[in-house]
Amino acid sequence: MQRDKTALNQPAIQRSRPTELTRGEPKMELLRELVAHLRQNRTLLLEEWVARIAEAQLLTAMTEEEIFAEATLVYDSYFAALETGTFEALQAYARNLSERIIPRGVETHEVVGIVLLLRDVLARSLFAKYQTDFEKLNRILDAYEPAANRVANTVAVGFVQERERVIRQQQEAIRELSTPVLQVRERLLILPIIGVIDPMRARQLTEQLLRGIRTNRAKVVVIDITGVAAMDVTVANHLVQTVEASRLLGATVIVTGLSPEIAQTLVTIGVDLGKMNTVGDLQGGIEQAERLLGYKVVNPELGPGKAG
Amino acid sequence: MQVPILKQGGVLIATIQAALSDADLLELRTALVQQVVRYRSSGVIVDVTAMDVMDSFASRTLLEISHMIRLRGAATVIVGIQPEVAFAMVQLGLTLEDIPTALDLEEGLAYLQQKARSIN
Repeated sequence: MQRDKTALNQPAIQRSRPTELTRGEPKMELLRELVAHLRQNRTLLLEEWVARIAEAQLLTAMTEEEIFAEATLVYDSYFAALETGTFEALQAYARNLSERIIPRGVETHEVVGIVLLLRDVLARSLFAKYQTDFEKLNRILDAYEPAANRVANTVAVGFVQERERVIRQQQEAIRELSTPVLQVRERLLILPIIGVIDPMRARQLTEQLLRGIRTNRAKVVVIDITGVAAMDVTVANHLVQTVEASRLLGATVIVTGLSPEIAQTLVTIGVDLGKMNTVGDLQGGIEQAERLLGYKVVNPELGPGKAG
Repeated sequence: MQVPILKQGGVLIATIQAALSDADLLELRTALVQQVVRYRSSGVIVDVTAMDVMDSFASRTLLEISHMIRLRGAATVIVGIQPEVAFAMVQLGLTLEDIPTALDLEEGLAYLQQKARSIN
C-alpha cells in the first residue's frame, strides 16, 4: 500500500521540478529511445515480469498461460501509451481487462501490484542499460517515471471504476428484486420479505405496500418476515409505522414469521401489541386473513367444514 | 371554505375538497355533530381524499369529531387517506387510534352497512 501511495504522488513531485521547463524536444527523443529499448527486449522483460508476478503470488486466480497472455497485452498497451502519449487505448484496455477478471475474484491490490511490478522491472532494465552513463540514466528516468506513473494510475483507476460499476449494477438488481407485493386473493396481499432490511429498503417496502393497497383495493395484508433474521430498532419502528399507515388506508396487517430476535427487539422498543396482529407462520397468517375476508376454503372430498 | 355534507340513506357524507383552515375544521365539527342527530343518521363518513397534508390540528379535530359523534350515538369512518399522507401522519405520531378508516367512500359505506347489520 505504501508503494502504491508513492507511485501516485510521484508525478506531482516531478512536475514541481524546475527542469520540467527546459524539457521539450529532447524528452520526446528520450521517450522514443525508451520505447525502442522496450521493443527490443520485449520477450526478456515480459518473462522477467511474469516471473516476478508468480514470485509475489499475485493473480492466483489465473493460470500461468493466462497471466502470460494478459501480461503480453498489458505490456504492449503499456509501451503504446508511452510511445504515443495518449492513454485512451490503455484506458479502454484496462476497462476491458477489469470486466474479464473481476468475476474471477481478482482483487484491487493484485492489479495495482502487477502494474507496479512492471514499472519496477522496466526501471531495473533501464538501470542495467545505462549504468555506465549516469547523466543519461537520469534524463531517461525523468522521461520514463511520469509516463510510467500515469500508466499505473490509469490501469488502477480503470479497475476500481469498473468494480464500482459492477457493484452499483448489482445493488440496483437487488433493489428491484427485493420487494414484490403479491395478490393471493381478491383484496388480500402478501409481502414476503427476505434478507437484510436497511432503512432505505424499509422505506421502499412501505411505499410499495401502501401503493399496492391502494391499487389492489386490499383489505388485508400479510407481511411475512420469516426470511429476516434480525432487524435493528430503526427498522423495527419502521415496520410498526407501516402497520399503522396501512390501517389508515383501511387495511389490516398481519405480520407472520417473527424470529425470536425480532420479537425481542419489538418488545424492547415497547410496541403496542394491540396494534400489531401477529401469527406464527405464513400459512396461519393467510388462514386468518381469509377468515377476516369471509373466505372459507373447502375440500370437496372431505365435505364442507372439514378443511380450511 | 365550507365542507358540503350530504345525506345518503342513514349516512352523512362530508367530502373535504381542499385544504382547510383550522376555523373550517371546527365549523365542520360543529355541523356534523348537529346534523347527525337532526337527520337520525347511524354513520358519518369524512372523505379526506383531497387533503395532501394532515397536520396535528386536523387529525386531532378528526379524532374529536369521531368521539363526539360516538357520544351522539353514531359511528364515524375516515376514508381516502393518501398513502404518502398516511405514512407522514404515522411518522408524526398521528395514528388516529381507534377511529375506523377505509380506503375510499365505497369501502366506508360498506363498513357502516356491515356494522348496522351486525347491530340489528
